[in-house]
Amino acid sequence: MNRSQHFQDRFTQRHRKDRLFKSLTKVAMSIGFIALAILLTGILIEGLPWLSWDFLDRYPSRTPSKAGFKAAFWGSLWVIGLTTLMTVPIGVAGAVYLEEYSAKGRFAKFIELLISNLAGVPSILYGMLGLIAFVRMFQPTTDPTTFLGIQVPFGRSVLAGTCTLSLLVLPVLTIASREALKAVPDSLRLAAFGLGATRWQCVRHHVLPSAAPGILTGVVLSISRALGETAPLVMMGALTYVAFTPSTVYDPFTAMPIQIFNWASRPQPEFQSVAAAGIIVLLAVLLGMNAVVVLLRNRAERSKAA
Amino acid sequence: MKNRRMSALLLLAAASWGCSTDEEAHTAGVLTGTVSIDGSSTVFPITEAVAEEYRTDQPEVRITVGVSGTGGGFKKFIAGETDISNASRSIKTKELAHCAANGREFIELPVAYDGLAVVVNNANDFATEVTVEELRRIWAADSAAKKWSDIRPEWPDREFKLFAPGQDSGTFDYFTDEVNGESGNCRSDVTFSEDDNVLVRGVSGDKDGMGFFGLAYYVENQSKLNCLAIDAGVGPIIPSMETVENGSYAPLSRPLFIYVSTDSAKRPEVEDFVTFYLTEARTLAGEVGYVPFPEEIYNSLRKRFSSRVVGSESSKHGTVEELYL
Repeated sequence: MNRSQHFQDRFTQRHRKDRLFKSLTKVAMSIGFIALAILLTGILIEGLPWLSWDFLDRYPSRTPSKAGFKAAFWGSLWVIGLTTLMTVPIGVAGAVYLEEYSAKGRFAKFIELLISNLAGVPSILYGMLGLIAFVRMFQPTTDPTTFLGIQVPFGRSVLAGTCTLSLLVLPVLTIASREALKAVPDSLRLAAFGLGATRWQCVRHHVLPSAAPGILTGVVLSISRALGETAPLVMMGALTYVAFTPSTVYDPFTAMPIQIFNWASRPQPEFQSVAAAGIIVLLAVLLGMNAVVVLLRNRAERSKAA
Repeated sequence: MKNRRMSALLLLAAASWGCSTDEEAHTAGVLTGTVSIDGSSTVFPITEAVAEEYRTDQPEVRITVGVSGTGGGFKKFIAGETDISNASRSIKTKELAHCAANGREFIELPVAYDGLAVVVNNANDFATEVTVEELRRIWAADSAAKKWSDIRPEWPDREFKLFAPGQDSGTFDYFTDEVNGESGNCRSDVTFSEDDNVLVRGVSGDKDGMGFFGLAYYVENQSKLNCLAIDAGVGPIIPSMETVENGSYAPLSRPLFIYVSTDSAKRPEVEDFVTFYLTEARTLAGEVGYVPFPEEIYNSLRKRFSSRVVGSESSKHGTVEELYL
């Protein structure tokens, strides 16, 4: 047997394996894609006829044709907007401290372990925590008093919901931001220090801009998660029937997933279709938010290249 | 540029923080304020319907309704977080003790009947009626029965599959109490779900399925399910609006309640809402799939509320007519 013959054999065998692996990955991808396509088609067929601008401008009703999504839509936007404002600064700053400032010792390892564990805690536990810590503030009742201009305890308010969801997504965002910061090459930091930059100047002008696309991906993931959460909000006492939209952070509220679940568990089949319409709105909000962040990310990437 | 964007964000946060929380000023004839309600998901549709109608009457009053389950609702009610508690069973002795310990007084008001339908798959042609004793042999925690033939010899030699509402629900409490003699006494090889539509799908998808849930869920799914007549010693009775209202569908029809805090009832918006509730419940409860009481009971309940009769009748046994008329 000559050497080139041997090479030829292995050549076809290796490439057969390659093709096999490629089709395996394709199958894996299609399973997810087909499941998603079936779900989406079902939802769209059932929900689209019930969808209208009016649907977003009506409050809940016992009559399916009059039922609307207004309270849930605005409740979710309030809570998610405030959760973003609260988590992004805290999560990113925490990640910067852990990655750029803190000594890499046992203590840092321990903190890292805690954060990873927190990210895996079932969300309903955060709901219980929210009920005790924010809604009631460890008091037996919730008669509100004013303390330093803030109304405490928060009661079953937008503010309590925001704090609960913020705790829920903070670990996720912190981990994602740390990964993004870790991926910034050390040469960048060394060059900045070499030119006499302080740690803050280095982080502010070099590390954060290069890590921005990765951090923004973390923001998308965590905020999307917060938008879809039902269990912690129900647990902390978000409501189901609300016929007004919040005007302050102390107002009671409901959220889109709660309203959808309520409709889906009704006996009348028309409510299943109303629930489908609600799901379409929830998905649209989710895609809209993601689109904004992707635009921001692309801009960050372009400025990084420039 | 970037600094400016940052400060804009901070401003926005500060603005939403500093918003005033003052209620709007009272105007003559128009009520304001908030009525907060929580509790049973079974009672929710009635309360939601009443709240929806009340908006045309008093648009400035903000009604909020949560769904924490009967037990969860009572916890919030006892903590003073809600004005009204929805309940699909009457208050338990333990909950009464907590009320007393926290100085919470309430007015107990039944609002409508709910029938519990015991259903089987529509391919099930052998079971059309069942006695309460047979139900107990199917559902009790100490039951050894696994097959239909264990219940009646002429029934087929196949295993039945059981579906029931979640163990935190008042519906589960009520059924186990009436059928198995003790609230919470139930075998464990049962598929539980908080969502009654899941139970409908479970029973309609399995030819040996059996389950129980509110009558409204059977009425909407009659083509997929068969409803069993229940024999409590006086012959089998099929649940319907008539048999539930006249009390012959026993023991699986029960009153649903609202509990109104006496302190909250001093507020004009709460008093007005509860009176409105007792006036409209007869029409609205029927619309959302429950069985309303006769008009004279609602008249008597309005009197009970206006004269603030506190405490529960749950320790006494009797029909709604006997206890509240």
